[in-house]
Amino acid sequence: MSIVKLDITKEHCPMTFVKTKIALSKLNSGDILEVLLLEGEPLQNVPKSSAEQGYKVLEVSHVEGQVHKIRIEK
Amino acid sequence: MDFNEDQIQRYSRHILLQDVGVEGQEKISNGKVLIIGAGGLGAPVALYLAAAGVGTIGIIDGDVVDLSNLQRQVIHFTPDVNKAKVLSAKEKINLINPDVEVITYYDLLTASNAFEIIKDYDFVVDGTDNFPVKFLINDACVMAGKPFSHGGILRFDGQTITVVPGTACYRCVFHAPPPANAVPTCSQAGVLGAIAGMLGTIQAAEVLKYLTGVGNLLTNRLLTFNAKTMDFRTIKVKHNSKCQVCGDHPTITELIDYEQATCELKTNN
Repeated sequence: MSIVKLDITKEHCPMTFVKTKIALSKLNSGDILEVLLLEGEPLQNVPKSSAEQGYKVLEVSHVEGQVHKIRIEK
Repeated sequence: MDFNEDQIQRYSRHILLQDVGVEGQEKISNGKVLIIGAGGLGAPVALYLAAAGVGTIGIIDGDVVDLSNLQRQVIHFTPDVNKAKVLSAKEKINLINPDVEVITYYDLLTASNAFEIIKDYDFVVDGTDNFPVKFLINDACVMAGKPFSHGGILRFDGQTITVVPGTACYRCVFHAPPPANAVPTCSQAGVLGAIAGMLGTIQAAEVLKYLTGVGNLLTNRLLTFNAKTMDFRTIKVKHNSKCQVCGDHPTITELIDYEQATCELKTNN
């Protein structure tokens, strides 16, 4: 199992989830993707879309300011 | 394959689809599709497959662009009149998407060249306007084990079916071409331009479904529509064990160049 980090704080919808999907596509089943994202639209949609498309959202946590982190298992 | 930043942007709406995703887009990008006829049907098929990023698109057509084509053959523009249709189509495909490799054949599909041309492709699209070549495409694809989409339009009507090895083929349903001149072509009977887009985009969607493995193909079902009533029907059809080309004891084992009405050869559809 490996952990891969992704920063989508500079992306806008829908590229936030597109970049997340691209990163997930390179992982093996069971690997973890740690995604840094902004609150608001990204924080609302990326975990929701990830779960809808069959990925497991393990954790959502506040990092600092507007930045949050989600951990997604493939 | 790794998509670059531009490709990620370009294909983002496919990548977002759960059923397509990165893996599906890779399959599209690795796909090789032959479009037979760069006319009313071939135009929307080529435009959408180019936009979708199909890696290799082959186009065969022996005609040049005629002013009367522009009412429906939306890949050709006014300055393209008198230019080979395959060249005109290639230019637009390259403008839409430089990722696509376009292979052109400025020729008619015949019994003598069909196998050689279709052999390198994953899927074949029939965008032709006459029965002899529709049967030729069916027979060549069945014999070579190539999946293909049949499509036809006339006046306000369209029909299409997808054939993959083992499913009902065009000849299972329609046994042989009608006599030459018994059925008018678009050039004689007319066609509402927009239905070329309606039917061609259905064929393009079938190609993308085939390449990605998404959904259920239009196999063993003939889809027909009439644009005057805007009624769509799917008619169930069955593989015919007595089919002359794909039945248990095929009697057609070589490709046939059926006689073609002479006016069809002189008009640009």
